[in-house]
Amino acid sequence: MRPSGSMVEVRGARKSYGNFEVLKGIDLSVERGQIVAIIGPSGSGKSTLLRSINHLETLNAGEIWLDGVQVNQPLKGRAFERHINGVRQQMGMVFQHFNLFPHMTVRDNITKGPIVLKGMGRDEADALAAQLLAKVGLADKIDSYPSRLSGGQKQRVAIARALAMKPKVMLFDEATSALDPELVDEVNAVMKQLAAEHMTMIIVTHEMRFASEVADRVLFMDGGAVVEEGQPSTLFTAPTHERTRAFLKKYLNA
Amino acid sequence: MGLDFSVLPPYAELLGVGLWWTIVLTVSAGIVSFVMGILFAVTVLYAPAVIAYPVRFFIWLFMGTPLLLQLFLIYYGLVQIGIDLPALVAGIVGLGLHFAVYNGDIIRAGIAAVDPGQTEGARSIGFGRWQALRYVVIPQAVRNTTPAVGNMMIALLKESSLVSVIGIAELVHASQLAISETYRPFEFYIAAAALYYLANLILEAGLNMIEKRVEASR
Ligand SMILES: Nc1ncnc2c1ncn2[C@@H]1O[C@H](COP(=O)(O)OP(=O)(O)OP(=O)(O)O)[C@@H](O)[C@H]1O
Ligand SMILES: [Mg+2]
Repeated sequence: MRPSGSMVEVRGARKSYGNFEVLKGIDLSVERGQIVAIIGPSGSGKSTLLRSINHLETLNAGEIWLDGVQVNQPLKGRAFERHINGVRQQMGMVFQHFNLFPHMTVRDNITKGPIVLKGMGRDEADALAAQLLAKVGLADKIDSYPSRLSGGQKQRVAIARALAMKPKVMLFDEATSALDPELVDEVNAVMKQLAAEHMTMIIVTHEMRFASEVADRVLFMDGGAVVEEGQPSTLFTAPTHERTRAFLKKYLNA
Repeated sequence: MGLDFSVLPPYAELLGVGLWWTIVLTVSAGIVSFVMGILFAVTVLYAPAVIAYPVRFFIWLFMGTPLLLQLFLIYYGLVQIGIDLPALVAGIVGLGLHFAVYNGDIIRAGIAAVDPGQTEGARSIGFGRWQALRYVVIPQAVRNTTPAVGNMMIALLKESSLVSVIGIAELVHASQLAISETYRPFEFYIAAAALYYLANLILEAGLNMIEKRVEASR
């Protein structure tokens, strides 16, 4: 049964690789329109958690819910395939390394999903691509191939591609970590714009300043568990746990 | 008795028809080898074991035996179990499958070399397993392997001469007909070689064009 009115709900998420437990029982709920930033040291399980929400990783235990629908339903084979493909259409995922399709133009990268999965007509899809590219500031790149774009431009196209499916939530896994420093702001600006439009977002990031600017709530993860969470103003300025303090000290002084 | 190329013109039409059949064989078998190659690659990589293992056995069998034998088997052998293929069909099937096995191997490696992030990108949008393969992975694998598959097509053009043994009047077969009437093997084989060379030039130009277009999208 639907556990709550949240947009995203994670209940007791556990995940192991062999004997190594990467997620040790994570609970998280993200309200509609809320923006949650996840921070924590390398290897703490941030990506694994985010990928589990999109079912790119399969949990060993626990539940993931999206807007009242269980993502990791105990279905088998084709039935699960159909279910998960439908669920994923409602979640946008942005990867550290963009994962744009190099053999397609920017237009096709954006329109392929709506056309193939939603049966959208060519003209409507093209108009959507143009509109989304204008939004991320890349209207003139519609006919380019990804190889002709800078990292920041690629990531903005990747965001447009995800938005084209009209997702209920956007998941960002270190969207700016692979970028040259001077290209980070253009991607952050797009994410801030989404925030202003009340897009529900879960953002894994190493950028504390950005997290504090954009997030309603920050989660600090360490060793596969949520150590501490709270509003950015509290968590960044007055963390209660020693591990959070140590982590922030290292990052803020860096 | 020196060389006398004036024996050729009366047989120009015969050679022309021979060249035509060589082209028909190469193009048809080329398409078969490409499509079946993709099918083999996908089957070996993703099909359940009950399908993948027999296919792998078939591939292994086709890799380990000569094309000539395969052609005999398909044309003369299958008749015995009631499958009577016309020579042209047998030739296209034999040549096509023979090269499909090699193309399959090349494309399989090409698929394996595509960044797993591509599949994840496709799946995260909501593409199913097969859709991710069809729209994202296979097109990239095919693009990345065009030079190697192109080489196979050039080999196929040349090897198509082997189907003369099952009575298809392709270029080599046509030359032999002309030679049997004129007793001028040297002139006609030279002429046939020149025509193969010409066909190869055209094929290579075509392949170069395809590679250029693929490069443009990188
Ligand atoms: N496929 C896998 N097989 C085995 N171990 C894995 C696998 N994927 C991740 N891990 C391990 O799980 C742990 C958590 O990884 P995860 O990628 O979630 O960390 P992270 O918090 O995102 O780190 P980073 O900040 O470096 O991205 C790490 O110790 C990692 O080595
Ligand atoms: Mg990570």
